[in-house]
Amino acid sequence: MNEKRIMLGNEAIARGAYEAGVKVSAAYPGTPSTEISENIVKYKDDIYCEWSPNEKVAMEVAIGASMAGVRSLVSMKHVGVNVASDPLYTVAYIGVSGGLVMVAADDPGMYSSQNEQDSRMVARAAMVPVLEPSDSMEAKEFIKYAYELSEKYDTPIMVRTTTRLAHSQGIVELNDRQEVEDKPYERDIAKRVMMPGNAIKRHLVVEDRMNRMKEDACSMPINRVEYNDKKIGVITSGIPYLYVKEALPNASVLKLGMVHPLPKKLIEEFASQVETLYIVEELEPVIEEQVKSWGIKCIGKEIFTIQGEYSANMLSKAILHEDLYLPEATQAPARPPILCPGCPHRATFSVLKKLKIHAAGDIGCYTLGAVNPLGVIDTTVCMGSSISTLHGMEKAKGKDYIKNWVAVIGDSTFLHTGVNSLMNMVYNQSTATVMILDNSTTGMTGHQDHAATGKTLMGETVKPILLDELVKGMGIKNVHVVDVFDLDKLEKTIKEEVAKDELSVIIAQSPCALLKSFVPKGKCIVIPQKCRKCGMCLIPGCPAMTKAEDGTVVINDTMCNGCGLCLSRCKFGAIEEVK
Amino acid sequence: METKNIMIVGVGGQGTLLTSRILGGITTMAGYDVKLSEVHGMAQRGGSVVTFVRYGDKVYEPIVEIGKADVLIAFEKLEALRYMHYLKKDGVIIVNDQRIDPMTVVTGVAKYPENILETLSKDHKVIAVKAMDEAKKLGNAKVFNTIIVGVAAKHMDFKKEEWIKVIEKTVPQKTVEINKAAFEVGYNI
Repeated sequence: MNEKRIMLGNEAIARGAYEAGVKVSAAYPGTPSTEISENIVKYKDDIYCEWSPNEKVAMEVAIGASMAGVRSLVSMKHVGVNVASDPLYTVAYIGVSGGLVMVAADDPGMYSSQNEQDSRMVARAAMVPVLEPSDSMEAKEFIKYAYELSEKYDTPIMVRTTTRLAHSQGIVELNDRQEVEDKPYERDIAKRVMMPGNAIKRHLVVEDRMNRMKEDACSMPINRVEYNDKKIGVITSGIPYLYVKEALPNASVLKLGMVHPLPKKLIEEFASQVETLYIVEELEPVIEEQVKSWGIKCIGKEIFTIQGEYSANMLSKAILHEDLYLPEATQAPARPPILCPGCPHRATFSVLKKLKIHAAGDIGCYTLGAVNPLGVIDTTVCMGSSISTLHGMEKAKGKDYIKNWVAVIGDSTFLHTGVNSLMNMVYNQSTATVMILDNSTTGMTGHQDHAATGKTLMGETVKPILLDELVKGMGIKNVHVVDVFDLDKLEKTIKEEVAKDELSVIIAQSPCALLKSFVPKGKCIVIPQKCRKCGMCLIPGCPAMTKAEDGTVVINDTMCNGCGLCLSRCKFGAIEEVK
Repeated sequence: METKNIMIVGVGGQGTLLTSRILGGITTMAGYDVKLSEVHGMAQRGGSVVTFVRYGDKVYEPIVEIGKADVLIAFEKLEALRYMHYLKKDGVIIVNDQRIDPMTVVTGVAKYPENILETLSKDHKVIAVKAMDEAKKLGNAKVFNTIIVGVAAKHMDFKKEEWIKVIEKTVPQKTVEINKAAFEVGYNI
C-alpha cells in the first residue's frame, strides 16, 4: 500500500506537481497560495523553483519552460491573477508544449486580501479551462490530471483553489514521480508569435478547443454524478461540495471537477432527473448563470450569498429549513490583527504620526498602519499603488498638496511593481517622497526571500539587488538609507525630504522582528514607581504593553522584543532596557 | 464513529498551528479520516485565530459548525468567550487562564470582560490551566501550548505513548525534550 500522509491543500498541490514530473515552478508569494512553493522546494533535486518578482514574470517563466518542452507550474493568489492576466490571455492562444498549469487561489471571506474576486471569471474571459478540487487528496490528483488535459488539448489549465482548501489538511495517498520526456523544440511562429495575422487564426483554434472540451467534459471522471434521493439535486464543486455532503447526505449531487467549460449534456441529464435543482458555489454565480442561460430551472444566488464562505449549517437552513441548535455569540471586544512587538513599521508610523503626515499605503503588514492607534495610512489599492497614486494626487492638485504626504511601500512590494511606479515619478517630474520600508523580507506571507535579500527559494546565496543603488540608477538624487530605530534621524530626514521640491526616496531599514535571524536588543521593563500613568508610551500600540488596574503600564516580558520605541516616548525615565 | 469536532482558538502568534498539527498527527496515526483547517496570512498578526480539527470514519467539511464542537481549546480567556457558541450543549472547554488585551482594550475603546471563567462555566464544563506560569517554571514560556495539549490528552481516547511519539515527530528537533516535559506537566495536572 502507498504511504498516506496528512497534508495541507497547498502541500498536496506541490506533491501533485512533483508526481506529475514538473520541472519548473515559479511564483510570487501571496496568501493563500504561498505554501505551494514552500513545499515544492522540498523537491528541488527534481524541480527548479523560484520566487519571481511578480506574478506576470512568474507566469512568463512558466510559459518559457513549457515552450522549452517541460511541464511547468505557476501559482498565485487571486489578485496575482490580475497581474499575470496579460500573458495568461495570450498563452491561451499559443497553447503549450510541456504541460502548463496555473494555480489561482481565491479568498472568499477575505482572510488576507483586498478583494473577493472570483478567478473563474478571469479564466472564462481568457478561455482557459478550470479544475476545482475539494480536498487535499483531490488537489494532488487534479494537478496531475491537469497536466494530462493541458498536453492533450494544447492549453494552459487553471486549477482554482480557495483559502479553505489551501489551508486545510487532509489525508493524501502518495505515488511515485512520473518522469515525463521533454517535448522536442520546433520553431513554429504561427503558434508562438502572437501578432495579428497569427492570433486571428489561433483565436479560432481556442474556440474549437473549448467546444471539444465541453463535449468531452461529459465523460471526464472528475465530473461525477452521485444519485441518491432525487427530490433534491445539487450541482456543486470545490469546497462547497463538502458542505453539501455534510448538510444534505441524502441529496443527489453532480460534483463538477472541471468548472469551465461546463459539461452541458451531463448537466441537462442530471437536471431532468431531480425535482428541485440547487447550484451551490461560493462567490460569483458562474455555474448558475450558464445553467440558467440554457433554460434549466434552478435555485442559486436567490437564496445563497455571493459573499464570504459557505458552511453546512448555512445550507441546512437555506435548503432544508432545519431548526438547528445555534447558540448566540457572546459579546467580546474585537481582536483585529496588529503589528507585532518590535515591528519596525510601528516606529516609522509613530514618526509619521508625530509629523502629521499622511501616507499613501500599499500591500503588506504595514497596511495595518491605517487603523488606530497609528492611523497614518490613508489609501491602499493594490501592489505598487502607493507610489503611483501619490503621483496622481500631485498631478491633480500640485506639489504643495503633497507636502504632508509620503508613499510607503515594503521592499518586496517595491520590487513587485513599485519600481515601475517610481520610474514614472522620475520620468514625469514628481516632487514626492517615497519611503521604502525595508524589513529584508516578504513579511505578511511568512518571510519569503526576494531579489534584495540575497537568497533564492532554492537556498542559494546570490548577489542582492541594492535598493539604494537601484533608485540612484534611475537618476534620483535624494536617496537616504536610515535605520528605523534611529528615530531622531528618521524624523529629521522625513521633514527635510517632504519639504523639498524634488523627488526623494527614504529607505527605512530594520529587519522584521519575526525573522529567524532577528536578535532582540533586550527587553523593556517599566519601573512602576516612576510611571506617571500618562499613557504616552502606549500611543504607538505595541501589543506587548497594557495598563494594570491602577493605571501603571505593564510590559509582557515574553512578547517584548526590546525595540525601545516605548522607552523613547517616556519623559519620566520609567522604562528601561535590560539585556 | 461519529465525527469528533475540536477547536483551537487563540491570539495569532501563540502557536495554534503547531498544536493543530499535533492533533492532526495523533488522529491520523490512529487511522481516522482527518480534516484540519487553519488560518494563515494577515489574520495571524496578533489577531483572533481559530483552527478546526475533525476526525472520524469519514469526514467531509474541514470546519466545525456553530453548536457542534465537542472540545474548545482556548489559549487565551477572551478567545474562549468569543468562540463559546461553537460548543455542543455538553461540550468541554480547556482554557489557558491568561489575559492578553486586544488593542481595542489597550486604547480604551472596549473593556476586557470580567469573570470570564465564571461565564464559561455557566453552561459548560471548564478546565482552566495557568499554562504560562507552568511553562515559565520549565524555563520556556513558548511551550505553554504543549502543556495545554497534555491537559487535552487526558480528555481524549489516545494512549500517552502515542502522544509522545507524535510530539517527537511534530515539534522542531531542538525542542523535543522541553515539549515532552511540557506535555507531561499538562497530563499530570
